[in-house]
Amino acid sequence: MTTQTKSKPLLAVQDLHTHFHTFAGTVKAVNGVSFEIGAGEVMGLVGESGGGKSVVGFSILGLIDSPGKIEGGQILLDGQDLVTAGEDRLRQVRGREISMVFQDPMTSLNPLHTVGRQMDEVLCLHSDLDAGARKQACIDMLESVGISRAEERLKAYPHQFSGGMRQRVVIAIAMLARPRLIIADEPTTALDVTIQSQILKLMRQQIADKGASMILITHDLAVVSEMADHIAVLYCGNVVERGKTRELIETPTHPYTRGLIDSIPDTAERHDRLKQIPGSVPDIRNLPKGCNFKDRCPRAQALCAEREPSLTAQHGSLWAACHFPLKPGELA
Amino acid sequence: MTSISDPMLDVRDLEMHFAIGGGLLDRLKLDSGGLRLENPVVRAVNGVSFSIARGEIMALVGESGCGKSTVAKTIARIYKPTVGEIHIDGEDIAGHGFAEMLPVRAKMQMIFQDPYASLNPRQKVRDIVAEPLLEQTKSAADRKAVPAQIEKLLARVGLNAEHAGRYPHQFSGGQRQRIGIARALSVTPGLIVADEPVSALDVSIQAQILNLMKDLRDEFGLAYLFISHDLSVVHHIADRVGVMYLGFMVENAPRDILFSRPRHPYTRALLSAAPSIKPKRSSEEIVLSGEVPSALDLPTGCCFRTRCPFAWDRCARERPALQDVGAGQTVACHLTDEPERDHP
Amino acid sequence: MTGFFRSEFFHNYKRSTSAIIGSALMAFFAFAVLAGPFLVAQDPYDIAALNLMDSYKPPMWLEGGDPRFPLGTDGQGRDVWASILYGARISVFIGLVAMIASCTLGTLLGLVAGFYGGIADAIIMRIADIQLSFPSILIALFLMSAVGTGIDKVLIALTAVGWVVYARTVRGSTLSEIEKEYVQAAKVAGLSNRKIIRKHVLPNVLTPLIVIATIQVGTFVLIEASLSFLGVGVPITQPSLGLLIKNGFDVLFSGLWWTSVFPGVAIMTLVFGINLFGDFLRDELNPRLK
Repeated sequence: MTTQTKSKPLLAVQDLHTHFHTFAGTVKAVNGVSFEIGAGEVMGLVGESGGGKSVVGFSILGLIDSPGKIEGGQILLDGQDLVTAGEDRLRQVRGREISMVFQDPMTSLNPLHTVGRQMDEVLCLHSDLDAGARKQACIDMLESVGISRAEERLKAYPHQFSGGMRQRVVIAIAMLARPRLIIADEPTTALDVTIQSQILKLMRQQIADKGASMILITHDLAVVSEMADHIAVLYCGNVVERGKTRELIETPTHPYTRGLIDSIPDTAERHDRLKQIPGSVPDIRNLPKGCNFKDRCPRAQALCAEREPSLTAQHGSLWAACHFPLKPGELA
Repeated sequence: MTSISDPMLDVRDLEMHFAIGGGLLDRLKLDSGGLRLENPVVRAVNGVSFSIARGEIMALVGESGCGKSTVAKTIARIYKPTVGEIHIDGEDIAGHGFAEMLPVRAKMQMIFQDPYASLNPRQKVRDIVAEPLLEQTKSAADRKAVPAQIEKLLARVGLNAEHAGRYPHQFSGGQRQRIGIARALSVTPGLIVADEPVSALDVSIQAQILNLMKDLRDEFGLAYLFISHDLSVVHHIADRVGVMYLGFMVENAPRDILFSRPRHPYTRALLSAAPSIKPKRSSEEIVLSGEVPSALDLPTGCCFRTRCPFAWDRCARERPALQDVGAGQTVACHLTDEPERDHP
Repeated sequence: MTGFFRSEFFHNYKRSTSAIIGSALMAFFAFAVLAGPFLVAQDPYDIAALNLMDSYKPPMWLEGGDPRFPLGTDGQGRDVWASILYGARISVFIGLVAMIASCTLGTLLGLVAGFYGGIADAIIMRIADIQLSFPSILIALFLMSAVGTGIDKVLIALTAVGWVVYARTVRGSTLSEIEKEYVQAAKVAGLSNRKIIRKHVLPNVLTPLIVIATIQVGTFVLIEASLSFLGVGVPITQPSLGLLIKNGFDVLFSGLWWTSVFPGVAIMTLVFGINLFGDFLRDELNPRLK
């Protein structure tokens, strides 16, 4: 897989396969996903439910438990493969080099421990600071995420914060050990729109300040278009298109991407009927032969049922897995 | 407010309060002030008034805690309103008992947000869809005709006959919403209250369901009360939009006017905060500070003043009433009277 | 039917040794209870068939044993094996009937408490609390002194205590189900409260009760055995396994152990089988988080 970044990437995922072996069949949640992210970049992983995007995030951090298993591929952090690394190495990586922000702030914080204690835990594990220095670092971090009266708030419990504040705390915890990469899994989906825009601003600012990179996992194309430098679109466990954000949004080449963009009712324009993608996502245990999208694709032809397309270069920075990709200016 | 003649739904001064203290023993408090009985009340809806004409789609938007879902459920008489009138097809149902409500149920039905919780997991699809209709048909002859009607309904929403014998867990989220829509349609109502019907669905499925709802409106002349937090969905489907905050309606206007000339500071903030796939136009960015106040302890005067960038002392003293500013738009804000204060 | 054999439940059952053993034991007892008395030559409660000369014969593998009485005889010449089969009938009967009564009463009260809340809920739950502070032994003693012994008195004592667990569980499940939108949809459809409880809430709160009911049968068998052992359980004319233990207890220390021990082993085996299978059911029916 040729790279899209100039210098050596921070994280390179190559041909990742993560499968879940359930009683009802094997779910190939991630079925050959590859992408790279360089230092200081924001990458959006977009897809609908069942697309495999959350599983990619968990796989990177080695958080996949039985009945799931990483069946193949490599996850190279600075050239070192995390798939084959032992649990000890992974523990070093988690929190220190790669950290994660989860979707639901209600369940990602331990309700029985104070916020201060949860933050302190991270610093104990990943730094050599003494107690006083740790406390100061926590206070500074809380302030930088916009929580006032930080010293007092360290003694508070998660339930004493509102949803937006909790998510700020979660972000603070994620940034404490100065990780180089943050994986954010639907970080604002559970929040109101006005809070969401505050949190997104905050995340942009934090990453910029600390020179970190971010993988933003979401189903919301609008959010990702405002935050990400590049986007990878997932469908049924495969990357179907990837490239620079503006190019992908303005001149997408894969019919699924085009369909997703057309499905979004937008505040600026008005159509009587939304262009919809017919049918529904195929059963992931029983994927059809050939291209996974063919049954819903307006451009599908005989070849699509026979051969699975692989990612090939299109115009500009775009790569798409399609036998009959759209040319710029073409509408499905 | 522009009054509509012969509206399908007419809501006047609706209020909904919930006592949350618990039982008698839970509410007794003993402290330095002595023994007292507390009565904490959540004021979820605070004097909301609006009308929907036949065949009109009215959206209620707002963020969590604004009371829009409560308004929907109160209108559907899942709750009994604390204060106010609800006129369905001219009849005030606010005080109706169970028996009086039964014929009204043929005029008004509801679609719910969660496709996983809104269908009884132990009922077959055909029984789910037929339920409202069966409550309305009592004669044996009419009841015999029901299965055929159900089949037609399922086909109309894009499902087929073999789906009728299955259970909800065998369907996807989008299909379950279709089942819910078929259920609501079974009695051919004049009004459908839709509580965030597409919020839990993937974007590509959202589009399908929105298109379906619009087609059904055109075909059956349905009016919708469409609750949503997603402004882009509302922009697509609504004829008229009401904006709610902390149980108050702060603005109410036809769709195009609300999106092009919003007047209330909260509406403006909401519109500027919504992420968009198109590159942001230069329209003003109002950034709200702080968090939403608790519904247990509403601010005096205007409920929005704690976060409003323009608030001044009048806002703390006097609660603004909805005023007509022309072209069918009403706003509850003191800026209407003193527009010179409208600058950051 | 074939659907069941292909299901995940059956698949896990096949792989669980304890589940297979547990259900085998239960099946054995079911068979013994239903068909047993027909397989045994002697009806131990037919006085005419007894012969005092046969009394206190040891089990057949010991010296002095008689192959006609494989597990020995008691003081009246009754075959211990036959007594166990007859006794098991009574024990299981009591366990099952008390369970059914407790389940019905408890579920009903739990539904009312959960659905209607308010005063009904408060009253029912307070009664439940009070009920739990009375051991069934106390209730049985009270009943015996008031109206005498009998199987029906035992059933009353067991039900009086047994309904609470169902009521609590069903109340909890009801409280969470009525918040769900399908219940609200039923309201909007115009269903009366009674119909909603019957058609929508009840079917959805039953699953956890299966485990409780299964294990409760075993629990009741044990409690009944204690009650009978203390003399406040079943009457002498209808001896359960517990009463058999009591009868043999008097001569236990003279070395005539088989009249007490074998009925004890029978109870133990039954309850063990029920618990094994019940554990398997609990794990299987537990809704798992995806």
